Amino acid sequence: MIRLEKRPQPSRAWSMATPLVAVIATMIVGGLLFAALGKPPVEAIRTIFWEPLFGEFAFYYRPQLLVKGAPLVLIAIGLSLGFRAGIWNIGAEGQYIMGAIFGAGAGLAFYPSESFLIFPFMVIAGAFGGWIWAMIPAVLKTRFGTNEILVSLMLVYVAEQFLASVSLGLLKNPEGFGFPGSRNLQSWDAAHNAELIAGTGMHWGVVAALIAVIFAYVLLNRHMTGYHIRLTGEAPRAAKFAGVNPTRLVLFCLGTSGALAGLAGLFEVSGPSGQISIDFNVGYGFTAIIVAFLGRLHPVGILLAGGLMALTYIGGDIAQSNLQLPAAAIQVFQGMLLFFLLAFDLLTNFRIAIGKPEVA
Amino acid sequence: MTVPLLSLQGLTKAYPGVVANDTVSFDIGEGEVHALLGENGAGKSTLVKMIYGLVKPDSGKMLLRGQPYEPAEPRQARADGIAMVFQHFSLFDALNVAENIALGMENPPEMRDLAARIREVSETYGLPLDPYRTVGDLSAGERQRVEIIRCLLQDPKLLIMDEPTSVLTPQEVEILFKTLQKLQSEGTSILYISHKLEEIRTLCDHATILRLGKNVGECTPSETSARDMAEMMVGSTLQTPERGSREFGAVAMDISGLSVPAPSAFGTALKNVHLTVRKGEILGIGGVAGNGQDELLGVLSGETLTEADAVKLHGEPIGKLGPTARRRLGVLAAPEERLGHAAAPDMSLTENAMLTGSVREGLEKNGFLDWGATKDFAERIIKAFDVRTPGPGNAARSLSGGNLQKFVIGREVLQDPDVLVVNQPTWGVDAAAAAAIRQSLLDLAAKGAAVICISQDLDELMEISDSFAALNEGRLSAPREAAGLTVDEIGLMMGGAHGMEVAHV
Repeated sequence: MIRLEKRPQPSRAWSMATPLVAVIATMIVGGLLFAALGKPPVEAIRTIFWEPLFGEFAFYYRPQLLVKGAPLVLIAIGLSLGFRAGIWNIGAEGQYIMGAIFGAGAGLAFYPSESFLIFPFMVIAGAFGGWIWAMIPAVLKTRFGTNEILVSLMLVYVAEQFLASVSLGLLKNPEGFGFPGSRNLQSWDAAHNAELIAGTGMHWGVVAALIAVIFAYVLLNRHMTGYHIRLTGEAPRAAKFAGVNPTRLVLFCLGTSGALAGLAGLFEVSGPSGQISIDFNVGYGFTAIIVAFLGRLHPVGILLAGGLMALTYIGGDIAQSNLQLPAAAIQVFQGMLLFFLLAFDLLTNFRIAIGKPEVA
Repeated sequence: MTVPLLSLQGLTKAYPGVVANDTVSFDIGEGEVHALLGENGAGKSTLVKMIYGLVKPDSGKMLLRGQPYEPAEPRQARADGIAMVFQHFSLFDALNVAENIALGMENPPEMRDLAARIREVSETYGLPLDPYRTVGDLSAGERQRVEIIRCLLQDPKLLIMDEPTSVLTPQEVEILFKTLQKLQSEGTSILYISHKLEEIRTLCDHATILRLGKNVGECTPSETSARDMAEMMVGSTLQTPERGSREFGAVAMDISGLSVPAPSAFGTALKNVHLTVRKGEILGIGGVAGNGQDELLGVLSGETLTEADAVKLHGEPIGKLGPTARRRLGVLAAPEERLGHAAAPDMSLTENAMLTGSVREGLEKNGFLDWGATKDFAERIIKAFDVRTPGPGNAARSLSGGNLQKFVIGREVLQDPDVLVVNQPTWGVDAAAAAAIRQSLLDLAAKGAAVICISQDLDELMEISDSFAALNEGRLSAPREAAGLTVDEIGLMMGGAHGMEVAHV
């Protein structure tokens, strides 16, 4: 008989190995899925994982990795702080949208000034937009004990309505021939989040993501706030005994994750996307939840997971166009990754024992 | 010689890394009250689980009235006339007594008939119990009666009782003993597990002593002194804590007229609590579990905030200060629940040393943590309190309960508190380590600290406290000088038998 035994200590080896094992298992089962759809499995897996990095058109796809990975990492880092403490911000998508609206709006208010202060001001406004949107569930939770999962999630749909409204009204490009959407920030130098080195995909958002990784690492490992976050997640009663103020922690975690999601939105709207439009958001805020867990809520893990997730996105697109794989199959493939990760995660705290059970 | 009721011959049971029982043999005679003595981890529980069919022995055999006895599961053990009252009750709070008892039966009779039988048994054995009362409203002693009556309805030949008195007031213990004596006089054998030696001396005919899984001796308790039995249990000479003579200083901690509503539906409200403790004094607070101990500790540690004036330190109001601010002022606490309250299970001992040590040990500078100094602090605790662990990098949950308790107490004592509040400081700790912990509390008081020791172990409180008070349903009795208090007086302070009279036996 096979059963699970709790390990006396969490296994460090397994905690490192599970993401890798999960990726391999996803490749195997994903390959079977593709084969069942009548596509060549090895070819499909190779297209997803190899083509974007080392294939014929890698010079085009590699910068895309940074462009897609940066917002994922930036948002996921913020979310991971809260998740560690058991504070569940599911509404990063909404905070991302609000960051973009606030940031772009703050910049466009000064159009067509070419002051070098415009972009920094937009960055601050973007972070503020995400922060204030996250403060709504935070304050409601600390004041009235509402559930932050529901409130933050529902605010995503409110933010989407806002987005549609400003695209059609407040921020609509006056020279846009009546089409919805704001002015294109890419063609306004003062507000353009351009590539720092041409052709690399490296823009300010990538820099911000890397800084966030380092910031989160130091916070969690060397700072009292990070210690309190971890303590609250692992043993809430012990955290209270240690003197953690739960209200302050909720405000800090939701606020930080909102601000980072807002930053991601601002860097996207001023860079790769270029303008506020009705379909500006593409789900980074939700995918970042997967990235956060795939990276084990650890800053370095999130950096790697963000890269991996961007890879499956880009590789998935290539597989769709080259091999005519259905988009749904790619989504199943990505979902599998999280599923296997959570499944193998069990081995960190449990070991598989074969033999007769003992009654305790 | 007559055939014994149950004869254990060379029972052995090994778990990975530890031999829980090593060739244990002894006999339980018909109508005998047999004590099984031993420290925590000596293998008492494994042994009775084998008798009750919960665990299968690796080798050795059992004979029941001369016939081979190999219970595969508790149901079979019950069919053979063996019943067990566990230390932790398995009752549903929302159901009434009769429904709870019916749940444990193979073929429960009609509820009305069952209620009648419960009444009959409870009257016969002097265990007053109304079958229609909801279990959630019963005291611990009454819940235990439900478990006992559940066993007695099976008409057992052998009744196993695991630490039955740990949740009872002295008066309730007396009722229980009368019941057990009546059972014995009717020919039922009892296997009585405990580490309370005085109880065993009054109740038991024969005792088997286990140490590290081995049967290390037998004795007739009434003819053996408690000290001799204790030393057989521990295997070495016991160090009795030395009190020394102490001078009490000014009042250190002062609580006046404190009332706090229950934190949850299952908590206890504190009602008009008055308490003072002077420098150098140890105040012992007794009481049956669940009478407000956790809540009182929360108020003292700063987890529960109150009116500023309700809690005073050296005359200054601190009721509105949280745990960190109180630690800075020298008020430290060690809660009862080790895993999850006093320590985070999955964090290392170093990280757990940070939990309360950050302020007083200077482990934090401008919010940044000094892990090197924290590790040193954890190592100091491990060394000073003889915590058995490979090192400070190990997770708290990997330590045995007793070892983690030593770490938790050591962490607070080494921080040199002005006021230390401990709840159940030696719960689940072996006798030698318990003596060391009590000695450290006495030493702390000798250095001029005020100590508040909340405990359910009356022997412990009598051993170390200067004054004694008891919690009963959230009310604290007026403190009295500990020296010279009789068991009866203590029992009355604890609320007597919770209003129950000894039924006519």
